Amino acid sequence: MAEAAVVFTPPESYAGRLMHYCPGCTHGIIHRLVAEVIDELGAREHAVGVCPVGCAVYAYNYLNLDMIEAAHGRAPAVATGVKRVLPDRVVFTYQGDGDLASIGTAEIVHAAARNEAVTVVFVNNAVFGMTQGQMAPTTLVGQRASTAPFGRRPEHEGFPVKVVEMLNALDGPTYLARASMASPRWVRDAKKKIRKAFLAQVEHHGFGLVEVLSSCPTWWGKPPLEALKWIESDMMAYYPVGELRDLPNGKAKGE
Amino acid sequence: MSDASPRYGEPVLMKGNEAVCEGAIWAGCRYFFGYPITPQNQIPEYMSRRLPEVGGVFLQGESELASISMVYGAASAGARVMTTSSSPGISLMVEGISYLYGSELPAVIVNVTRGGPGLGNISAAQSDYAQATHMGHGDISMVVLGPNSVQELYSFTAWAFDIADKVRAPVMVLADAVLGQMMEPLRPRQDEPPPPPEKPWATTGCAGRAPNVINSLYTADDDLEALNLRARERYARVAEAIRGCEETETDDAEVLLVSFGTSSRVCETAVARLRSHGVRAGLFRPLSLRPFPSARLLELAGSARVMLTVEMNLGQMVEDVRLAVQGRVPVDFMGRTGGNIPSVAAVVEAAERALAGPA
Repeated sequence: MAEAAVVFTPPESYAGRLMHYCPGCTHGIIHRLVAEVIDELGAREHAVGVCPVGCAVYAYNYLNLDMIEAAHGRAPAVATGVKRVLPDRVVFTYQGDGDLASIGTAEIVHAAARNEAVTVVFVNNAVFGMTQGQMAPTTLVGQRASTAPFGRRPEHEGFPVKVVEMLNALDGPTYLARASMASPRWVRDAKKKIRKAFLAQVEHHGFGLVEVLSSCPTWWGKPPLEALKWIESDMMAYYPVGELRDLPNGKAKGE
Repeated sequence: MSDASPRYGEPVLMKGNEAVCEGAIWAGCRYFFGYPITPQNQIPEYMSRRLPEVGGVFLQGESELASISMVYGAASAGARVMTTSSSPGISLMVEGISYLYGSELPAVIVNVTRGGPGLGNISAAQSDYAQATHMGHGDISMVVLGPNSVQELYSFTAWAFDIADKVRAPVMVLADAVLGQMMEPLRPRQDEPPPPPEKPWATTGCAGRAPNVINSLYTADDDLEALNLRARERYARVAEAIRGCEETETDDAEVLLVSFGTSSRVCETAVARLRSHGVRAGLFRPLSLRPFPSARLLELAGSARVMLTVEMNLGQMVEDVRLAVQGRVPVDFMGRTGGNIPSVAAVVEAAERALAGPA
């Protein structure tokens, strides 16, 4: 019989604790991708992460590296403060759509405009998860939420915010992309984009952001598999997946 | 002051707001994040050209909310860092100040106050005394210093960095539009500041140690209570060393004026004028507004016949004065608000009226 061989280990940047996320939530997968990328870049011991307020508030329990908890929406400003003091560290934020696209719009816009050399992992699940399913700026038209009981109506609540497209109007950012958690194929694609968002910082001293379309079975009221299908059918239809800005590879705005 | 024998250089004529900058730089501050607001604009302007000269970084935030969060990030990284603002801007920074306190992070905030409420005006006022001394959501004990000269804007700002590191909390220097805008001779320090303490808790990357987490979220009640208790304990430990006042002719004073900041400068002249009228007047000036120098004031309650608190508001510090003297002496109040400064004549008249007793 052959000797047992270790073919799979969790990333060192993952702290190994059980996560509190609901069944079918994809935050855990995205945490893992971030941890893998940080490991692969050899950055764990000189990385500083900034957590949001929202479901990922406890990311500091799951990532095995220096972490800071920011006020709601202010993570890009906190990351800016760290990076300006420690320019050789790998500084990143991990933010949800309530945090980044609602209360933190000013902070993300200006961090991107400055081409601040930080990486932003932006998890969009179209709902406020932690506070129990209220409407987010990213909630789709027609999608029900606990504060949009009739479904989002453009004439009343307005249209969803397309963060990556909005930031792409700025000259500043180095890398802007949108990824998805809809299926393993998309998960592999998301990892490549997260890696590039880190490389924008590490190799090009610029701002990199990747939006990751994520599921919230609990507050969408859908079983996990159905939720993943809904990412593909509805979210990806409104929020196209792709790289909008990839300056290191010569893909500028409008190209 | 923490340093027993400071060495000073030749005097230079300097604006109060610029003295804040030089005091901070002397203390080792190399990072400044802030947002424009009158009457403190000379501070970010000065820092934007001065900090690069000393190897530091100035960055203008997109708002006060962002600026105080940049301060939070820089403090997390272990730096001596400062922001400055004025009343409406400070209201926006209250969020970040509470987070700094909750995450046990040292930082210095200078508030060059103006008239309020709302947009108010850009004249000098002390109407944010109560906000400063009872800052933020949560159970916060924040040190607040009350300078009244350009020299003190320099030295108190420097002192604030030392205190902030000792208490691992934000410290506020409460100035006002007059102090920030006026020019006076300043003697800069020629000696070295005390070295900042080691910050093993800072998030600088976890090479060679277990990861650090900087956080103010404690979902277990007992844990959050423990945070509040240890923060209060650190405050209490330094409070006695910080607690300070300046006394002018208090020994035989029958009417004791109590005033801080710009209004205390008016009171200095009022005391001299009252003395020239044969009235035994004195001035008690708190240097630290929190902790308030209550014990000394209580002693003076034994000798003064009446106290008169003079403020540029409708009566805020007067509550601390009344608490301090425990009803042993009547405490009158006179003040102007909306950006007005009490005149010497008005203070003299109020002091004489206070001595005459209730009508």
